[in-house]
Amino acid sequence: MIYKDSKILLEVRGLCANVSGTEILKGLDLTVRSGEIHAIMGPNGSGKSTFSKILAGHSAYEVTGGTVMFEGQNLLELAPEERARAGVFLAFQYPIEIPGVGNSQFLRLTYNTVQTHRGKEELDPLEFDDYVREKMKLLEMSPDFLERSVNEGFSGGEKKRNEILQMAMLDPRLAILDETDSGLDIDALRIVANGVNQLANKDNAIVLVTHYQRLLNYIVPDYVHVMEAGRIIKTGGKELAFELESRGYDWVGVEHKATARATA
Amino acid sequence: MSAPGTINAGYLENLLAGQPHLPASPLAWLNALRAEAVDRVGVLTVPTLRDEEWRFTDISQLTKMSFHPVRTTISLQVADIERFYIEEATTRLVFIDGVYAPQLSSAITDNGVAVVNLEAGFAAHAAAIEPYLGRLTEFRDNVFAALNTAFLLDAALIVVPRDISVAVPVHMLFIATQKDVVSYPRCLLLAESGSAVTVIEDYVSLQEDAYFTNAVTEIALVDNARVNHIRVQREGAKAFHIANCAVSLARASNYQSVSVAFGARISRYNLNVQLAEEAECAVDGLALISGRQLADTHTCIDHAKPHAVSHQMHKCIVGGSAHAVFNGKIMVRQGAQRTDSRQSSRNLLLTNKAHVDTKPQLEIFADDVKCTHGATIGQLDNEEVFYLQSRGLSETAARNMLTYAFGAEIIERIPISSLKCQLEQTVLEQTTIQP
Ligand SMILES: Nc1ncnc2c1ncn2[C@@H]1O[C@H](COP(=O)(O)OP(=O)(O)OP(=O)(O)O)[C@@H](O)[C@H]1O
Ligand SMILES: [Mg+2]
Repeated sequence: MIYKDSKILLEVRGLCANVSGTEILKGLDLTVRSGEIHAIMGPNGSGKSTFSKILAGHSAYEVTGGTVMFEGQNLLELAPEERARAGVFLAFQYPIEIPGVGNSQFLRLTYNTVQTHRGKEELDPLEFDDYVREKMKLLEMSPDFLERSVNEGFSGGEKKRNEILQMAMLDPRLAILDETDSGLDIDALRIVANGVNQLANKDNAIVLVTHYQRLLNYIVPDYVHVMEAGRIIKTGGKELAFELESRGYDWVGVEHKATARATA
Repeated sequence: MSAPGTINAGYLENLLAGQPHLPASPLAWLNALRAEAVDRVGVLTVPTLRDEEWRFTDISQLTKMSFHPVRTTISLQVADIERFYIEEATTRLVFIDGVYAPQLSSAITDNGVAVVNLEAGFAAHAAAIEPYLGRLTEFRDNVFAALNTAFLLDAALIVVPRDISVAVPVHMLFIATQKDVVSYPRCLLLAESGSAVTVIEDYVSLQEDAYFTNAVTEIALVDNARVNHIRVQREGAKAFHIANCAVSLARASNYQSVSVAFGARISRYNLNVQLAEEAECAVDGLALISGRQLADTHTCIDHAKPHAVSHQMHKCIVGGSAHAVFNGKIMVRQGAQRTDSRQSSRNLLLTNKAHVDTKPQLEIFADDVKCTHGATIGQLDNEEVFYLQSRGLSETAARNMLTYAFGAEIIERIPISSLKCQLEQTVLEQTTIQP
């Protein structure tokens, strides 16, 4: 929700980045204020996941230009774990499996690590168990998932739910959900969206990367951005998503080129 | 690799020195077996890097040292060894430097079940064990198995009669207490038709100097028997450990084994499993070594008959300038149709001086089979490290967690919870690098 005078959480200016020598991001601008929900849409390969992973601090991407400020500090200077502790959270498009690490042990260790760095109390295993079960109820997840290895053998949809469970535990300031809706069945989509809505408040912000307008029926965005070839080329309100759904992306590119020529 | 060392000609004679003094057994076939083993030791030589089966494992150091059979046995109290006990495994056979320690053991003989030392079990079971003892192991071409057999006097003996399930796991605990001693642990497990048992074969040490364990284990599963075999090699840091294990699975029997190697300066484990029709085995292993350790595992899974299943996952975590070797042969013989065999060798190198040689080896002589195998050698996966960091863990914590998990995947397959916890703790300690 757009609040009056809410403060800027994330400010990205002219972000350029390479991976293995190829330029992927080519001058990306984005401003996110607390309380807001943003959706980023755009064709395959336009750089949405690249942008998400750069925000989380993935070392495979080389930032070659631009700035990223998060709550007034230079995000690019922070290690990935420092970003997480500061409140940046990325729900991965493809969450990885970690055989041998129990989900419950993993959740507790990450939770306690982040809590400690935020100057808050850790939870002992029993307290944690209550806490995590309560969060799992929110996502209608069976407690059986605690006994399994992290994401191992989880179905696509179960992995996505496990990502949102982690979001719920870590209570981020800025959550980037990279295609969390892909692979969810209709009921799961509603449940996950519900969970996300309950986590959204006036002090945090959510960036949804999605291909489908359907998700935006459940999580209503304040802004919809269109990304193409490493840049955000159009920003609108939630109606833009409907327009994209019916008209595709081509016209946005055409319109963008036209305005670029006009201003040149 | 350094040039293979020439082996001191007197080496094997020295090792055999104590043998003529062994008391003769009342069983003629056992005396004959020992005599044949002595002959074989006379013919065979100590392997060098020139032998195909030993080309990655240099044991020349072993041959430079002189080990003697135990002269005086040390008497230990429960308090000395209690820390090795495994809560669930209240049936225990304890051997100190290879010698049976009745006062520390809790043998059982009831319902026809025997968990005893061989000397005590001979009278009742001689006929039952004759087809297996010294027959499952091919000591005729294996100098270490031949040496062990030449010294075959006592052993851990487990006989489970038809259709009996032994509820409590059996712990065979081999404790090394003296330096410069060579011991010849020996185990024989006979699981009769339809029986079930879980055994733990455990090698530990109370001292840190060099000694030599040369072990042989033979396991026979009769039709439909089920055996869980957990093998823990946690010898002292300067120990040499060479072990041969032969397992024979009759029709529709099931063998599950997890073997872990943490200890010893140089260790070598040979496991041979032979499967009859519809038999199934899962053979998993973990070697976790560092410093200058060498751990070599050679397995051979022999699909001799159709419709058998074998699954194998072997992992090595190698730190320091340690060296791990895995050679996993899967043999599918002619006529062994519908064989289902899956093997994977996964290796994690923690430093750039750590080294692993892995060699899956498939020999398939049947055409209607499903066999998959694969080997990976690598460092930790950067995407996994990043995933954990993105959840707030430091890079060191993330790496520790993943290294631990890599090993824990094998330890988790141990069906005895207190042993599992104990070994998980060992893996945790050995894989944790302080930031
Ligand atoms: N490690 C890499 N090496 C080479 N190219 C890469 C690498 N990672 C990403 N790319 C390329 O960068 C471009 C952007 O990829 P990215 O995953 O960010 O797209 P996306 O917008 O998330 O697409 P999708 O909608 O399919 O998820 C693609 O062309 C991709 O092939
Ligand atoms: Mg993507």
